[in-house]
Amino acid sequence: MTTITRDQVEHLAMLARIDLTDEETTRLATDLGVILEAVEQVGEVASDDVPPMSHPLPLVNVLRADEVRPSLAVQEALSGAPEAQDDRFVVPRILGEE
Amino acid sequence: MPVTDDVLDLTEVLASYDPVIGLEVHVELSTATKMFCGCATTFGAAPNTQTCPVCLGLPGALPVANAAAVDAAIRIGLALNCSIAQRCRFARKNYFYPDMTKNFQTSQYDEPIAFDGHLDVEVPTGDGGSFTYRVEIERAHMEEDAGKSTHVTTGGGSSRIVGADHSLLDYNRAGTPLVEIVTRPLVGAGEHAPAVARAYVGALRDIVRALDVSDARMEQGSLRCDANVSLRPRAGEDRRGPEQLAVPLGTRTETKNVNSLRSVERAVVYEMTRQGAVLGSGAAVTQETRHWHEDSGTTSAGRPKSDADDYRYFPEPDLVPVAPSAERVEKLRATLPEPPDRRRRRLQGEWGLSDLELRDVVGSGALDLIDASVAAGASPAGARKWWMGEVLRRANAQARELGEMGLTPEHVAELDALVGAGRLNDSMARQVLDGVLAGEGTPEQVADDRGLALVSDDGALTDAVDRVIAANEAVAAKVRGGKVAAAGALIGQVMKEMKGQADAAKVRALILERLGVAG
Repeated sequence: MTTITRDQVEHLAMLARIDLTDEETTRLATDLGVILEAVEQVGEVASDDVPPMSHPLPLVNVLRADEVRPSLAVQEALSGAPEAQDDRFVVPRILGEE
Repeated sequence: MPVTDDVLDLTEVLASYDPVIGLEVHVELSTATKMFCGCATTFGAAPNTQTCPVCLGLPGALPVANAAAVDAAIRIGLALNCSIAQRCRFARKNYFYPDMTKNFQTSQYDEPIAFDGHLDVEVPTGDGGSFTYRVEIERAHMEEDAGKSTHVTTGGGSSRIVGADHSLLDYNRAGTPLVEIVTRPLVGAGEHAPAVARAYVGALRDIVRALDVSDARMEQGSLRCDANVSLRPRAGEDRRGPEQLAVPLGTRTETKNVNSLRSVERAVVYEMTRQGAVLGSGAAVTQETRHWHEDSGTTSAGRPKSDADDYRYFPEPDLVPVAPSAERVEKLRATLPEPPDRRRRRLQGEWGLSDLELRDVVGSGALDLIDASVAAGASPAGARKWWMGEVLRRANAQARELGEMGLTPEHVAELDALVGAGRLNDSMARQVLDGVLAGEGTPEQVADDRGLALVSDDGALTDAVDRVIAANEAVAAKVRGGKVAAAGALIGQVMKEMKGQADAAKVRALILERLGVAG
């Protein structure tokens, strides 16, 4: 039985730079717990003779040749940005940044 | 401005403590395209003109690894005597920072492409001697570079989302292939620890340049060094002895982005003396990153290690593993160049240079140019004379690199041949050089266009010699009488008559012959 504590949710929220209300923190702790429990069932069937797998496809070495392809136009690249200046993305200053 | 910390004298630090260093070097690969997409990596392009859905981290975009970058990483690993992973995967290093579009950096974590290597470096001892130190390499792994942020402070609150203080992001660099090379803790170097750090980074730079996988220019950030330094108490006589090695490592600091070889050495010295003062006062060293300040030669506290450094690495599901076959690895091994240190020793022997001359040649970046000039047919002495003389003088005066002067090794070989064949004397050759540097063409074209050639018409030369002898009977008599040195005055006059376009040695021989004196 996996339980996710409110502290863990708050830690994750800090890492993800999102603000959560108390209510949301409580709800997410429950929801994440349920998800982890579901995933944990995999552990029940895993045994020593089954190597851990990080990729479902039996593929390796999918590589591309080092050849330039067209990039987006600046306007396209910036089209999703809430704000742009001098063809660059505007972002808030990060605290503690020089 | 950095806070000024107390420092302890380096000798005192060494008497009480044993320094241990570790170096993390990021090499930016000079592939045509990025690590996981086909965007160009051209340096200095207009902001955000080299981006696409993959390197902007747009939803649904699918990365595909660059084959040339994988090959380059393997070659770097091989050149550092590493084992190459038979199979390895990429991983996501999660952190939220605006220079990362995806909120994670695609890197490698538990399965680096290269591991367990070493590099033997020649470390100068400061008294003209040197010793060999083996740097153990823990790993070399593939990852991608971040974007570039510029902080702006504007007068007004023009920006609706962030107020007056904000940053501007250019993602041209985001996704550029990097190889990060990490050493094991380097122990036992004692007083030479700073010199070891410098020698290692220098040797690594030479290797990636010789491999032709990066231009490795520290000042432009295509080779970046983070220096870890810690001190532990001294124990036993021998810094490599079991007593000393049994002492646990002290708390380390990581000085980020040290951007020249000299600074690598200075930064290690500074951190040793600063940490020595901290420990000496009874306090503990804080584990943190530190910023390097080039002008003052000091470091200042950056971010302390914190909860925010919880990167939650996990395997990258969008990229399949890289599994280079043994044949592929051997094929790449066959492409490795002669190791730079061995090549230098070979060329030193072939060209007959002293240690000091070799150091000058290497230091001024002329080694490859001289080598290529010799390959193009120049004599080693001639090639070295031009590159290290006239060309270097002009390059220094213009604060440019030798290779950027617009002069090719083929030009130098041609110039050397023109002098060797007796068509040009030194002063003419210098004029030809000027012309070539000014873009007037090849040495031969410049010599033709400027009408520069020694007079080969013996008749004209003999006439001039006879005229000068006739006009200076007194001097001629002295020479006939055995005062050969007096011939100098006659040579000067003949050269003047010939408007400088004569070979002085030939003039001298002719005068002596005419006066019946043996040279």
